Amino acid sequence: MVDVPSDVLAGIPPAEVGEVDLYHPRSWWTRYVFSQDAKIIAVQYAMTAMAIGMVALVLSWLMRLQLGFPGTFSFIDPSQYLQFITMHGMIMVIYLLTALFLGGFGNYLIPLMVGARDMVFPYANMLSYWIYLLAVLVLVATFFVPGGPTGAGWTLYPPQAILSGSPGQEAGIIMMLVSLILFIIGFTMGGLNYVVTVLQGRTRGMTLMRLPLTVWGIFTATVMALLAFPALFVASVMMLFDRLLGTSFFMPTLVEMGQLGKYGGGSPLLFQHLFWFFGHPEVYIVALPAFGIVSDLISTHARKNIFGYRMMVWAIVGIGAMSFVVWAHHMYVSGMNPKFGFFFATTTLIIAIPTAIKVYNWILTLWRGDIHLTVPMLFALAFIITFVNGGLTGLFLGNVVVDVPLSDTMFVVAHFHMVMGVAPIMVVFGAIYHWYPKVTGRMLNETLGRFHFWVTFLGAYAIFFPMHYLGLLGVPRRYHDIGGTAFVPASAHDLNAFMSIAALIVGFAQLVFVFNMIRSLSKGEDAGGNPWNATTLEWQTPQTPPAHGNWGKELPVVYRWAYDYSVPGAARDFIPQNEPPASLTPKGAHP
Amino acid sequence: MTETVLTNIEKRRTTTVGWQGIVADWSSDQRAFKNVSWGKAMMWIFLLSDTFIFGCFLLSYMTARMSTAVPWPNPSEVFALTIAGQHIPLILIAIMTFVLISSSGTMAMAVNFGYRHDRRKTAILMLVTAAFGATFVGMQAFEWTKLIMEGVRPWENPWGAEQFGSCFFMITGFHGTHVTIGVIFLIIIARKVWRGDFETERRGFFTSRKGNYEIVEITGLYWHFVDLVWVFIFAFFYLW
Ligand code: HEM
Ligand SMILES: [Cu+2]
Repeated sequence: MVDVPSDVLAGIPPAEVGEVDLYHPRSWWTRYVFSQDAKIIAVQYAMTAMAIGMVALVLSWLMRLQLGFPGTFSFIDPSQYLQFITMHGMIMVIYLLTALFLGGFGNYLIPLMVGARDMVFPYANMLSYWIYLLAVLVLVATFFVPGGPTGAGWTLYPPQAILSGSPGQEAGIIMMLVSLILFIIGFTMGGLNYVVTVLQGRTRGMTLMRLPLTVWGIFTATVMALLAFPALFVASVMMLFDRLLGTSFFMPTLVEMGQLGKYGGGSPLLFQHLFWFFGHPEVYIVALPAFGIVSDLISTHARKNIFGYRMMVWAIVGIGAMSFVVWAHHMYVSGMNPKFGFFFATTTLIIAIPTAIKVYNWILTLWRGDIHLTVPMLFALAFIITFVNGGLTGLFLGNVVVDVPLSDTMFVVAHFHMVMGVAPIMVVFGAIYHWYPKVTGRMLNETLGRFHFWVTFLGAYAIFFPMHYLGLLGVPRRYHDIGGTAFVPASAHDLNAFMSIAALIVGFAQLVFVFNMIRSLSKGEDAGGNPWNATTLEWQTPQTPPAHGNWGKELPVVYRWAYDYSVPGAARDFIPQNEPPASLTPKGAHP
Repeated sequence: MTETVLTNIEKRRTTTVGWQGIVADWSSDQRAFKNVSWGKAMMWIFLLSDTFIFGCFLLSYMTARMSTAVPWPNPSEVFALTIAGQHIPLILIAIMTFVLISSSGTMAMAVNFGYRHDRRKTAILMLVTAAFGATFVGMQAFEWTKLIMEGVRPWENPWGAEQFGSCFFMITGFHGTHVTIGVIFLIIIARKVWRGDFETERRGFFTSRKGNYEIVEITGLYWHFVDLVWVFIFAFFYLW
């Protein structure tokens, strides 16, 4: 298939890159802080995202403490509970996962995997990070302003998001919206870079159909983000005007505390449409990079080519396109024409087809593979399990009649945590264990890694699996305290306590991971250039960690696809993408 | 990094045209769009993203206009001017549209002279374009002032649905910001053209990259886009 060298390339010498027009840093500041090197920007993005992710993790503890032991923690009042869920949800989805997958992994892997020296516009790439950092700082600052952060839920639905009485209505919501607008501006600068680098910055021989699936996933997700974030941008601007100027884009006429408010004639449903036109693709902006990365992890650690590469690519692109026409499945209970419900339920169920194809292909890749149960592989397997789990409950929620009673219950919380919380986080961990050796030149400790894996995976199940059951009982989401309700049996409260303890344990296990990352920086085993015997270009760099400019004098030339594992008759069980076919190699010149 | 020079494309181009050519380009290495530089590709994709922003703004405005229970003020009355005793509807907007469309013409000429390395004409035409743009923004400011004097606010107006003012200020404001940024950009590039930066391969201040006359065309792309968006705003906001 793709591994046959195309005739165009046969015998063509590597393109000589005469002059490297990169920005060469002259001082410590421009080398490590205001760096224009995508690899450093990637690390900056990843560290910032993980730091703010820790905040979200701590918030989830506080929420779980309240839910597991209601009444015990007097310092968590109902307003604060709402603020915690809002900030937790928003940080996890946007400031952690989106930034980490696209800004972190995207920046590190795209130039290396396509054989480029850097992103096409390093300066804009650098600005992208600093604007992201500013967005994060504004977000963090909301914890310290009068009234605290907004408690409107991560969906920020008006009217309640900006009405007096909602927590954080004073300043929190304003800063939240400003922070989102900044995030979008910063992301756009980076996103344009990722897209153009993939389309126009590849090396000789690197055709689109030879790209590793990681690049396909990140690329498609970035294109989607560039088209989906505008809706959030517009919604944020309009809500900001509603709050600051008293316009009524989203605000209907309403009576507050017995008094007719200043607003009139706006449409709260309009916000919901704009939000979910962004919000649903956002799910896939997080999921597609995870799909791509996990494909590469599975193929590498099972020493087998990915099953159905072309199908995988088309599935990624198809899912990306389809996800723009399913958004209103989040609005079945908002009051829509039932015919719309029918349309959106149908499109939602159709998306399940390419998604299922991907799952089958992962399993068929594993089938009779030489599976190495390394830490990245363990996380990849855990991803498949949790993703299938969350995908199945998604089919429930995609159907209007099933969704209506389940809306706003813990079942929904369980569903989206499985599919876009736990599953992508598993991939994040797997990817870090996989690429840390390239970034630092040292391996992460295997024993600590396994410990981290088992506690996180089993713990995540302990937290979120019982949540399905609570949801079926009718336990609502976003409730500070469900109190003594007749339909919730006492045993459910014990279950809640159990889930909370599991959440605490999982949280502490992450400290092991952080410790492992810091310790391995100096004490880790030396990784060498290609510890996993992988085929993709990032493992073939002359130096590890790769130097500024990534490659030596010449860019690598690509002769084959990224999945030449266990090729019959080959000397080793992998053939790097830049290894010329035997017909081009003089006898005995190459191993 | 410099963009790598593509060899043996010409040969392939002649053999494959039409759809097959597109397929051939996309399944080839290095670049999906063979004769499109990085900067131009970036601008096109940015404009695509920006289209979605304006699309969302306009759709939101249409939703507000269609769902309001209060009558929408009549734009041809609101935007009429009385000049020399004559009451002419939409006259200012008509002039503004004319100015902006003309600026697209001068911009296109600037691109042409840029590729001919005619520094003087390029720079002058770019400055003329910028002047048209500034005139547009100036007239917009006049229109804003007039409406504000008549009591139009983002949250209320004397004639009907309050969303009229909010949509008007938001959409024209966002578009006007685009025009203003374009004017600034035009002036900066015109200065570089005038100074001969692209002949001497002088490096950019921020990016420390060498530029060439293509940047004139890229600026032009942005400028034409802003014009095009205005046509939609004109049609949907003023003529509806
Ligand atoms: C240790 C891991 C986590 C725990 C224990 C946890 C726990 C929780 C809890 C208790 C809620 C509030 C439920 C309610 O009362 O409505 C919640 C909401 C939420 N979580 Fe998580 N979570 C975790 C990780 C994540 C991750 C990785 C994501 C990333 C997608 C995420 C996204 C969300 C979202 C979007 C909400 C909804 C917020 C809202 O209702 O506005 N969570 N989580
Ligand atoms: Cu959705």
